[in-house]
Amino acid sequence: MIKNVDNPALEIHDLTVSYDRKPVLWGVDLTVPVGSIAAIIGPNGAGKSTLIKSIMGLIELSSGYSKIFGEDLNDIRSRVSYVPQKESVDWDFPASVLDIVMMGRYAAIGLFKRPRKADKEAALLALDQVGMLAFKERQISQLSGGQQQRVFLARALTQQADIYFMDEPFAGVDAATEKTIIQLLKKLAAQGKTIIVVHHDLQSVTSYFDWVIMLNLRLVASGPTDEVFTTKLIEETYGGKLTLLSEVGELMKKEQFPAREK
Amino acid sequence: MKELVLDFFSFSDPNVRYVVFGSILLSVSSAIVGCFTFLKKKALVGDVISHAVLPGICLSFMISGTKDPFLLIIGAFITGWLSIVVMDYIIQNSKIKEDTATGLSLSVFFGLGILLLTYIQHSGNAAQSGLDSFLFGKAAALVGKDLVAFGIIAIAILVVVFFFYKEFKLLAFDSAFAKSTGIPVKRIELILSSITVMAVVTGIQAVGVVLMAAMLITPAAAARFWTDRLPYMLLFAAIIGAFSGLTGAFISYAAPAMPTGPWIVMVVSLIAVFSFFFAPKKGIVIRLVKQRKIQRRLLEENILKSLYKIGEINDDFELARNQAEITEMRRFTPNQLVSGLKRLRLQGFINKKNNLWSLTQEGYQKGQRVVRLHRLWELYLTKYLRIAPDHVHEDAENIEHVITPELEKKLEALLEYPEYDPHQTEIPYRQ
Repeated sequence: MIKNVDNPALEIHDLTVSYDRKPVLWGVDLTVPVGSIAAIIGPNGAGKSTLIKSIMGLIELSSGYSKIFGEDLNDIRSRVSYVPQKESVDWDFPASVLDIVMMGRYAAIGLFKRPRKADKEAALLALDQVGMLAFKERQISQLSGGQQQRVFLARALTQQADIYFMDEPFAGVDAATEKTIIQLLKKLAAQGKTIIVVHHDLQSVTSYFDWVIMLNLRLVASGPTDEVFTTKLIEETYGGKLTLLSEVGELMKKEQFPAREK
Repeated sequence: MKELVLDFFSFSDPNVRYVVFGSILLSVSSAIVGCFTFLKKKALVGDVISHAVLPGICLSFMISGTKDPFLLIIGAFITGWLSIVVMDYIIQNSKIKEDTATGLSLSVFFGLGILLLTYIQHSGNAAQSGLDSFLFGKAAALVGKDLVAFGIIAIAILVVVFFFYKEFKLLAFDSAFAKSTGIPVKRIELILSSITVMAVVTGIQAVGVVLMAAMLITPAAAARFWTDRLPYMLLFAAIIGAFSGLTGAFISYAAPAMPTGPWIVMVVSLIAVFSFFFAPKKGIVIRLVKQRKIQRRLLEENILKSLYKIGEINDDFELARNQAEITEMRRFTPNQLVSGLKRLRLQGFINKKNNLWSLTQEGYQKGQRVVRLHRLWELYLTKYLRIAPDHVHEDAENIEHVITPELEKKLEALLEYPEYDPHQTEIPYRQ
């Protein structure tokens, strides 16, 4: 069940990604409409983070492409924001909360230039939006998991993007933070922004998201939540890997086969 | 001694000038670059580069036939830089992990360097004498021309760090995010490794291949203990570097048999060790002092609690008790008990009369509070965590010392001022 839309915010075409020749995503093909809050769900090792990272150009593709608002990522970077998993960085870094949030502005500020007052204002506003203004001078190693996630979110907000890719923003956060984040995401979506989130908790899918992408090495489903988030498709997504697919992948790794004939 | 100091700091001797300013320049520039290598957790990269510089120096000498510092630096720069490229290539294109690739790159380049050096030394070329000083460094032999080269490189490094400060910072913290925003991460990484190589190449003439890694990483590691902000960390690292450079130069001036480079490293290492032990907040000593304080508090509260419980059993809080009675209530070693009792007496929580001990009014309150918290916590565990009553004691023994007055109030309100704990013992409240 893969539903496609016209003029999508995100279009993925025949995307295959391999690690050490072993495909971890096979031929993903989907579209996500503008203004939606979309969840990427699937079991551990299904390729959820890999999908986001390959859209952000952080992983080399074996085949296919992705387009954002119909354009290549490189032509549209300033309208795209990426929130990595909070575990991907070392929080014992000598910086304050404000320092980290300001980093969202660095690309816009440009090389050789110092942050301006307006950049600081934008960072403070973003901190206020995630309820962390009082912590702006706090050393980042003293933050709780939920506060770290809010800081990452604030950093993304300063980018003033039109589409946000978030890797597990709800993982390991407290209930209050989860509520703050989802309210913020809904507010952004109401302003016409598109939000794509790697998500783990099936309980909250229907209340948080209006679009669902179901992955398990291959795309199982993509479409509006009320159409695709069905028992049958959930079972198909979580019902174990396709044994044949995994075996072929292992074989490609063993034989060092290319993903596509050149 | 005074004369010696005056002589040295007048800098009238050009040799002293060269050595001092050379040492300071190279220490400061490597300290600043080192902060970023340190934060990127690439501490061993400095070691790889410094070893990989040797074949470049030898090749450069073999081709040019002179020991012109500029030519040697160029050769050193090329192989130093190549070693990082090789290392990164191995990591990215093979199954070999980072630590192995680091060791591989280091030893292969250094082996090649030693091979070339030995060849040159046996070639009978008269100009070669002194090339081996790159192995262990020879700061005392710095001349004016070296100083100019150092100066140019140090300034270049500082300028680069100044202009790329925010990018270096972002890359060190979160390079995936940097890449996603379209910042040219690869090119900036290249710039950072280039200035690292430059810092190593300059430093190596003073402290040598083997000690160079210390010049990069140690000031950064020491500075990190004293601050939680990157700008201050850079500043402190630079100050530590400059101070070590100056001190190293002075020691070798005061005692002519003493080498400059190794002394610079010694001083920098001593500062790092000192920071490790004595830095506020993060130093070992402060942490030990804190732990000792907690141990003392635990002991004191446990003694008060025991005295209170004895009073509770006998329904007499006034009567003074001897040490055996207290030990019967709870096992203290005699030394612990005596020192604890002494401190409590000084603090005014207990009285002593004929070697018998009794609670003062304040001591009674404090002992009662610990007992109350213990029993409240036991009740909380059975009620809210559904832990069996016979399993809650151990946990409460610890938590009774942790709970603050604010938490105490919350706990009491939550449990609605209960009368009995899970073992049906009465919970004492303040009258």
